[in-house]
Amino acid sequence: MGALRQIAFYGKGGIGKSTTSQNTLAALAEMGQKILIVGCDPKADSTRLILHAKAQDTVLSLAAEAGSVEDLEIEDVLKFGYRDIKCAESGGPEPGVGCAGRGVITAINFLEENGAYEGMDYVSYDVLGDVVCGGFAMPIRENKAQEIYIVMSGEMMAMYAANNIAKGILKYANAGGVRLGGLVCNERQTDKELELAEALAKKLNTTLIHFVPRDNIVQHAELRRMTVLEYAPDSKQAEEYRQLAQKIHANAGKGTIPTPITMDELEDMLLEFGIIEAVDESIVGKAAVAA
Amino acid sequence: MSTDVKTRNKEAIEEVLAAYPEKSAKRRTKHLNVYESGNTECNVKSNIKSLPGVMTIRGCAYAGSYGVVWSPVKDMIHLSHGPVGCGHYARGGRRSYYVGTTGVDTFTTMHFTSDFQEKDIVFGGDKKLDKLIDELETLFPLSKGITVQSECPIGLIGDDIEAVSKKKAAQIGKPVVPNRCEGFRGVSQSLGHHIANDTIRDWVLDPAAGKHQDFESTPYDVTLLGDYNIGGDAWGSRIILEEMGLRVIAQWSGDGTLKEFELGSKAKLNLLHCYRSVNYITRHMEEKYGIPFYEFNFFGPTKIKESVREIAALFDESIQEKAEKAIAKYQPQWDAVIEKYRPRLEGKKVMLYVGGLRPRHTIGAFEDLGMEVIGTGYEFAHNDDYQRTTHEVKDSTLIYDDVTGFEFEKFVEKLKPDLVGSGVKEKYIFQKMGYPFRQMHSWDYSGPYHGPDGFAIFARDMDMAVNSPVWKMTKAPW
Repeated sequence: MGALRQIAFYGKGGIGKSTTSQNTLAALAEMGQKILIVGCDPKADSTRLILHAKAQDTVLSLAAEAGSVEDLEIEDVLKFGYRDIKCAESGGPEPGVGCAGRGVITAINFLEENGAYEGMDYVSYDVLGDVVCGGFAMPIRENKAQEIYIVMSGEMMAMYAANNIAKGILKYANAGGVRLGGLVCNERQTDKELELAEALAKKLNTTLIHFVPRDNIVQHAELRRMTVLEYAPDSKQAEEYRQLAQKIHANAGKGTIPTPITMDELEDMLLEFGIIEAVDESIVGKAAVAA
Repeated sequence: MSTDVKTRNKEAIEEVLAAYPEKSAKRRTKHLNVYESGNTECNVKSNIKSLPGVMTIRGCAYAGSYGVVWSPVKDMIHLSHGPVGCGHYARGGRRSYYVGTTGVDTFTTMHFTSDFQEKDIVFGGDKKLDKLIDELETLFPLSKGITVQSECPIGLIGDDIEAVSKKKAAQIGKPVVPNRCEGFRGVSQSLGHHIANDTIRDWVLDPAAGKHQDFESTPYDVTLLGDYNIGGDAWGSRIILEEMGLRVIAQWSGDGTLKEFELGSKAKLNLLHCYRSVNYITRHMEEKYGIPFYEFNFFGPTKIKESVREIAALFDESIQEKAEKAIAKYQPQWDAVIEKYRPRLEGKKVMLYVGGLRPRHTIGAFEDLGMEVIGTGYEFAHNDDYQRTTHEVKDSTLIYDDVTGFEFEKFVEKLKPDLVGSGVKEKYIFQKMGYPFRQMHSWDYSGPYHGPDGFAIFARDMDMAVNSPVWKMTKAPW
């Protein structure tokens, strides 16, 4: 067993982070790696394909029940799923109340302090949406994830989010050791998607580590709350995730310090690929009647 | 004062500025000045963010709303909403005296907190606040209402304390007043005063305008605003106002009650002690209810006589007559105090640094004892306070706004006063430097200093500090 590798998956909400990460981690488990998944999302759905469970008891819901996080035992919050992958969900408040970011910090500290990471080869953090506040940046701080994998697609907002996440990584990259591991493009079948993803990767000083093609088998597996690796291990899609897993496994120490671009540069890029059209500045802000 | 003094004070400013990095010096220079007689401005900037890295003496918005304005309202429960520390370490520090049975019908010296834990931050504290108000209602049924005073985390996690307050007020049939006075807001406690003034207006005063129909008005109804009854000061003011024939229908908020807040709009005249902390609501009452206001000063006989006569002039002859009678009654007492203490204090020099009122209001009392205020400054004053200060200070007085710990020490070293008057954080520094010191926030656990009887206590305490034999046992390093 080598040194503990800590990685994290970030990306725009709904991009398929949890699906991609769970399938990839299942493939890593196939390779004999011991894995802990830490879900950092109040929705607590980062581990459902591994556990075949809707939502598990989260660190924070159990802490709230028990009184405080100090009253919890590590066994209460760890669940074992497919190929003995260990799973923990931070959990958090309902939308609109409290501070989910603080919840992520609390949960990660608890897991670390109570030895959840011992004996593991991989710890993987699955973090919601954008880096909206300090709490959700917790996994990219010092002594947490070494490499961040950004799940994205050829859609403009997904690329915008990827760039923002790169900014978050850059902020911590010089002080700590966090690096951008690469982009994972989850195919949406937009125009020139592969080229665009590669171009963005280049701009961000990283690589497109894998292009995951769209395949309905993923949805079929999800309906059964399973990864493709478990549902159809011989499928073509399972092979894609195995490839991604191998690339990530071989990527240790090869992360880079990202070079996020400005909003203008991003738009120029989209313009170049014909994703958006040049805006006629004379019509900006004019209502239909006036125009 | 001589030009020597002016030169020395200007030098003092130059010297402290020289120690700062260029950028800091550029900003601090605007807050320091030597007063030129005849000017209607002190010509210092105020109410600006303190510099990072300096030891500012200021407090926070929470201190202004909870600690200053609301906490003395004795028959309401003031809930410090957030982690336990803010309220606990501030508890009882202001010495707002009151009468009542603590824990039964009055609550000022008690500390109520929602005691936020990690899970309250993560999941939000609205449900806890709801439950807590029910518990308070069960435990203290004689309370007249509740104020919620937000600590910093409440603003960060965005709890909807207004919604909870509205709901609970309807359920318990008493006012529940939410104050968004998170400490990180604003530059000093001054914003907290403003926030509290606004909640008084929106949650108590205006909603109660139609209440208390059975209240019988008289032409002599006045309020006593911005007096927090530190060491009993408000009582001292009330005594002489009543002797003048006026009826004090409300004290805000020293030894005050919720009902006195509700009756506020029925006054004929608002009398202001601390202008800074109540000017917002006072102006609102002037606009909405047509109540004029007058800023009085009951520190020392000269100012008391001036204020009493000016207040009386706003009423009829019967009041003016009684005012003169009251003055005549106290005059021998004041003369005796001056006769006893003036010889011991004559010519002694004082440097002050207090909050928003006393840096100017106490000057007259020192002068009655033959003492001279040679330097003064405020923690959280605005420009209108500094304008008012010009009426009290003499030529060449050193003016320092939001003074830093470093500046204050250096100024005292340079000006060598016989007495420093400031707060508890400053006290031991100056005493260790060999300077007599009086706490001018808490009156050093003495008082009252305000009102006709307060002058004797003020004079005794200043004498006790300045002429204590202990100073003969220390050797000054210069």
